[in-house]
Amino acid sequence: MRKVFGGKVAVRDLTLAVPRGEIFGFLGPNGAGKSTSIKMLLGLAKPTSGEAFVLGAPSGNVEVRRKIGFLPENFRFYEWLTPAELLRLHGRLCGVDSVKLSKRVPALIELVGLTPHIDKRLQNFSKGMLQRIGLAQALIHEPEIIFLDEPTSGLDPLGRRMVRDIIRAQRDRGTTVFLNSHLLSEIEITCDQVVFIREGQVVTSRDMRTQQEEAVRLEIRARKLSPECVRGLTHWSDSVDVDEERLTMTTQSRESLPDILRYLVAAGADVYQFTPQRLSLEELFMGIMGEDRGF
Amino acid sequence: MGVWIMAGITFREAARKKILWTALLAGAAFLLVFGIGLRFQVGDFRNSAVPPFLRYQVISAMLMIGLYTVDLLAVVMTTLTSVDTISGEITSGTIHAIATKPLARWQILIGKWLGFVAMAGVYVAIMFWGAIAEGFFIGGVMAQHPVRGALLVFLECVMALSVTFMFGTWFSTLTSGVITLGLLGVAFLGGWLEQMSGFTEGSRLAMVGIISSLVMPSEAIWRRAAFEMESPLAGSLQFSPFADVSIPSGAMIFYACAYLLIALTIAVYHFRERDL
Repeated sequence: MRKVFGGKVAVRDLTLAVPRGEIFGFLGPNGAGKSTSIKMLLGLAKPTSGEAFVLGAPSGNVEVRRKIGFLPENFRFYEWLTPAELLRLHGRLCGVDSVKLSKRVPALIELVGLTPHIDKRLQNFSKGMLQRIGLAQALIHEPEIIFLDEPTSGLDPLGRRMVRDIIRAQRDRGTTVFLNSHLLSEIEITCDQVVFIREGQVVTSRDMRTQQEEAVRLEIRARKLSPECVRGLTHWSDSVDVDEERLTMTTQSRESLPDILRYLVAAGADVYQFTPQRLSLEELFMGIMGEDRGF
Repeated sequence: MGVWIMAGITFREAARKKILWTALLAGAAFLLVFGIGLRFQVGDFRNSAVPPFLRYQVISAMLMIGLYTVDLLAVVMTTLTSVDTISGEITSGTIHAIATKPLARWQILIGKWLGFVAMAGVYVAIMFWGAIAEGFFIGGVMAQHPVRGALLVFLECVMALSVTFMFGTWFSTLTSGVITLGLLGVAFLGGWLEQMSGFTEGSRLAMVGIISSLVMPSEAIWRRAAFEMESPLAGSLQFSPFADVSIPSGAMIFYACAYLLIALTIAVYHFRERDL
């Protein structure tokens, strides 16, 4: 998909596939085109060119929207409604019958931890509470796919944990979750797969469940490291930092670890510590996007 | 079904707006003042030698002025309560949670429109029939065809509503409000200029009035409503400011209906096509 506003390109060329039943993280710096992309997927905005299919139907298809839940960033709605009234309204709009709603509404309010506030009007809700009720409205019709735009931005740690548990529970019942969040640590422990986008293009993707083909940071403590031996390590890494007995390097694949260890021993080094560490999503993000991009 | 859910929630949303209650308060104040004015006038006539025929015409003219005030209040109230329902919800993002539900965009817009139509109907009914009742019970006068008059005032409100919706799909709340009220102002001025033109033969003022009525036919619809409600004698003898100097024809009612439908169709089309 491509989206141009006036002369400004918001999404250059977004091409991606989201597997069903997974939690899919959508990452990128501010202005990368994430929100515009989500709007195009939901039919809120029309692509300038290209097309998208959601659950097999063109994006924006009215019937398919029965199977889609959406929590917008900064969820807002008529402030004079109570949580139960809001959920009933959204349920009715999704075609949920009143018998089902009478069970779903209190259950969802309980699920998002708002039962003590059931009689309050939304105008008295904090941002975090609005996020919670917004999440509940996205789930009211038991959708097959949920788009969550910054679902934890206004939440405290307990609230974030709750959202994480709900997202996982949804995945476990087969729901696809499309998650856009700035909180990389949340994405890291929640998502099955992530893509990084920049200027409306996918830069790279990462499967969070496998560790085989990932970059690994290696911390080594060894003696008798000759300069030739250290130079030889550049075969597996662009940058090798040496600080007396400590050596730090990043290798692009976990598969190369045995070769590196064998090489060090063969080169006569006494190895005391050989610790591979998975790069955090944040380190990966910074490596891909650069630290000066305002994320 | 979605249309009616949207209409219901919009009606409840509109009913909570301060502007509606302010307008109702202003309306209540108006009805109070109008009732007191009528009572005083009736009292004054009782102690005077003014002939009954003239008394009736003066009280009837007062009723027409009262109904004209109701008309202005209703149109302005309809415009101001509805002006941010589309543009405001697009700006705030409130529309996102609705527009991603299994509803076509036209259902959202028409549902909202129906909600405001219902609210305008209730407002017109309360105010219009309030003034008519005061005229009858205090002043002892009755409009000629009050139902026709009420329907035309309602048509005027629905037309203003449709125009407000049309601009709301394009512009910000403030801009749409300014444009719609500006158009109503043009219609108001044009209507009175056309009325003035009746005093001289072949006045160019009439042309200004006609063009204004084509740009926004609201005032023309009121003058037609006034023609329907005034007694033929009062109209022809020019006892009231809405005398039969320049009466919009039935074609103008047709034009106003077409104008309303075109504005609504444009609003639906543009709301369907635009990014939210």
